[in-house]
Amino acid sequence: MSFAFNEDQKLLAETVDRFILDDYSFEQRRRTIAMDGGFDKKNWGRFGALGWLALPIPEEFGGLGGSTVDVAVLLEGFGRGLVVEPYQSTIVLGAETIALAGRVDQKKSLLEKIAEGKKLISFAHTEPRSRFNLQHVELTATKDGESYKLNGEKAVVHNAETADLIIVSARTSGDIRDDDGITLFLVDPKTEGLEFRSYPTIDGLRASELSFDSVVVDSEQVLGDLNTGLKVLERVIDRASVLLCAEAAGAMDTAVKLTVDYIKNREQFGQPIGAFQVLQHRSVEMLGAKDFSRALTYRAAGLIDEGSPNDRARAVSAAKVEAGLGGKLIGQEGVQLHGGMGMTDDMAIGHFFKRLTMIDVLFGNVDFHRRRFSQIS
Amino acid sequence: MELILTPEEEKFRDEVREFVSTEVSEEIRRKTMTGFRLNKEDHESWQRKLYAKGWMAPGWPVEHGGTGWTPMQKHIFEEECAAAGAPPVIAFGVTMVAPVIMAFGNQEQKDYYLPRILRSDDWWCQGYSEPGSGSDLASLRTKAVLNGEHYIVNGQKTWTTMAQHANLMFCLVRTSDEGKRQEGISFLLINMEQPGVTVQPIKTIDGSVEINNVFLEDVKVPVANRIGEENKGWTYAKYLLGHERTSIAAVGRSKAQLKRLKTIASAEEQDGKPLIHDPTFKEKIAGIEISLLALESLVLRVLSDESAGKGPGPEASFLKIRGTEVQQGITELLIEAIGNYAHPFVPESMETGWNEDPIGPEHAASIAPHYFNWRKASIYGGSNEIQKNIIAKAVLGF
Repeated sequence: MSFAFNEDQKLLAETVDRFILDDYSFEQRRRTIAMDGGFDKKNWGRFGALGWLALPIPEEFGGLGGSTVDVAVLLEGFGRGLVVEPYQSTIVLGAETIALAGRVDQKKSLLEKIAEGKKLISFAHTEPRSRFNLQHVELTATKDGESYKLNGEKAVVHNAETADLIIVSARTSGDIRDDDGITLFLVDPKTEGLEFRSYPTIDGLRASELSFDSVVVDSEQVLGDLNTGLKVLERVIDRASVLLCAEAAGAMDTAVKLTVDYIKNREQFGQPIGAFQVLQHRSVEMLGAKDFSRALTYRAAGLIDEGSPNDRARAVSAAKVEAGLGGKLIGQEGVQLHGGMGMTDDMAIGHFFKRLTMIDVLFGNVDFHRRRFSQIS
Repeated sequence: MELILTPEEEKFRDEVREFVSTEVSEEIRRKTMTGFRLNKEDHESWQRKLYAKGWMAPGWPVEHGGTGWTPMQKHIFEEECAAAGAPPVIAFGVTMVAPVIMAFGNQEQKDYYLPRILRSDDWWCQGYSEPGSGSDLASLRTKAVLNGEHYIVNGQKTWTTMAQHANLMFCLVRTSDEGKRQEGISFLLINMEQPGVTVQPIKTIDGSVEINNVFLEDVKVPVANRIGEENKGWTYAKYLLGHERTSIAAVGRSKAQLKRLKTIASAEEQDGKPLIHDPTFKEKIAGIEISLLALESLVLRVLSDESAGKGPGPEASFLKIRGTEVQQGITELLIEAIGNYAHPFVPESMETGWNEDPIGPEHAASIAPHYFNWRKASIYGGSNEIQKNIIAKAVLGF
């Protein structure tokens, strides 16, 4: 396992940092969030032109075949600016699932278009009662001639309202929390019987509640093998979790910098409050939390393409725990050290705090991943 | 977490319980229990009911309209109100400015303001913090210059909670630049409904607008609106801070929130079972409950010292620290309890008049905003760092 970035990764890190610095200021992000669909299509076009959308897509399908570490470098950069464009939905979850499970014809027809920025994907797996349990799928798909009928609900589906296709997990056999019996489908969001209830999320993204009332999906639209969707979900979500930790590392980095900068400049009692040792120590704790979390994240990113399933799962859970704890410490302390200013919507720190908090909730929180870590030997 | 009560106290508790259960309307109860937003009218109508019953100011001396209750009775009262979902009484009038008026105001001021506070005729706000003066409050710069029978006030106050509703502000202003900074501050009562006063809302990270900037531009304040002597305002403000402590601990509210947490953790599922059966989560709840029990014990102790004539000492700073830690700890567990439904952010759904279906369970809507909003608690009222400075200096002698 190598801990240093290679030349390509260094260049990528510089490019994305430059993009955030030049074109993704706090004010620009605020305007972007207010746009139709909650993101800027021009940015998406740029991501395509820069090769960022193609990054993890296999070369044979028009991609660059980048590793998880490569994508982590990109996402760490995104985290520094709290990028809201649907990279996670379309690339990390969408393209990865298609690349991993799809038939050759599905990959051919979709991946290149995704890489070019011409297709947006959303990933609908979580359900109202599933919490973080990946096996928990109540939504049913029943065979009806050459098609399936989908009935049930999906919860907090990010970027569903702007998606061209939605990947939906459904139960084709077995009981609600059985490992076997989950099948993935590619669903056209305009299909009759599919209802959306869309809303903003507290961290500036967009999501929807989906309800399926006898939604007819052709059997051609099955993604991967019948009843074995859980294996795909585990792989995809493990990788997405590591990449989310990478985003957290970037967000933590900015949050620490904003805070240190603030206390060096804010004067009370005739001196910068950063002159107080108690605040210096707390800033050091924040910095350490970021450094440890980031180290564990890149360790997991390196392992995920090579390690055994158990190594992979433990590495991911460890990274997610450290990112959850670090994000909470840095978010809470960041606001506290900013004082009243930290509570205002006009300061960036609160927005980093909110995103870091929601990163912990996504794909399983600290308790969930500690338990998972302890259960894998 | 039941208090151990004497038969008289039990009788008193039943009387309070009976009163609040009849007088808190179902709509208000629903709002406070789900964390939805209370409007001005919700607060005022409840305070008028308390006034009618003679229970508006349990902390006041009887001669001014207090209840004459023992510390334990006051504690029971707060707990029962919170448990029944009564709106919190707005503290600025009855618990913050009133004790200062009683201790340092002249007869005319007492006669005028105190009955009005009891009747909730005025809505008060607090003009302390300024953009450059937060933890270092004594550095405040809002200037009041004496001109005949008036002070002319210029400056800016910030973090002014609910100034949008207020018609009066008690305000610290600089009346002298000589000597120690603390010795040039005066305590004025300012009419908010006059030329020169501009209230500008500040949106907080949870999307709400409860705090404000207040700009004061050539605002005329009659000398008769000064409390006590000129340049003695700092002493009065410090007196007031001592009075804030036991209520800021908010034991009753935290107990009600803890109960709400347990209800929600019982309704939320994990692997088909109630979340509250998860041993890790259960232990976390126990951790908070124990912390709250310790807080309550210290509050009762401070209250009994108070009734024995000893003012709250600097140890009372612990009440603020622990009180806000418990409040924030509960909001953390609440956000954990609702899992994925922490994401949706639909602030309209917390307002009066919203009648669409909730997104996810109804109990979830306010929880994430509340978690973010409640980070203010360790910042306001003298940040928890400042509280520790006070203890270090006054108790440990550093």
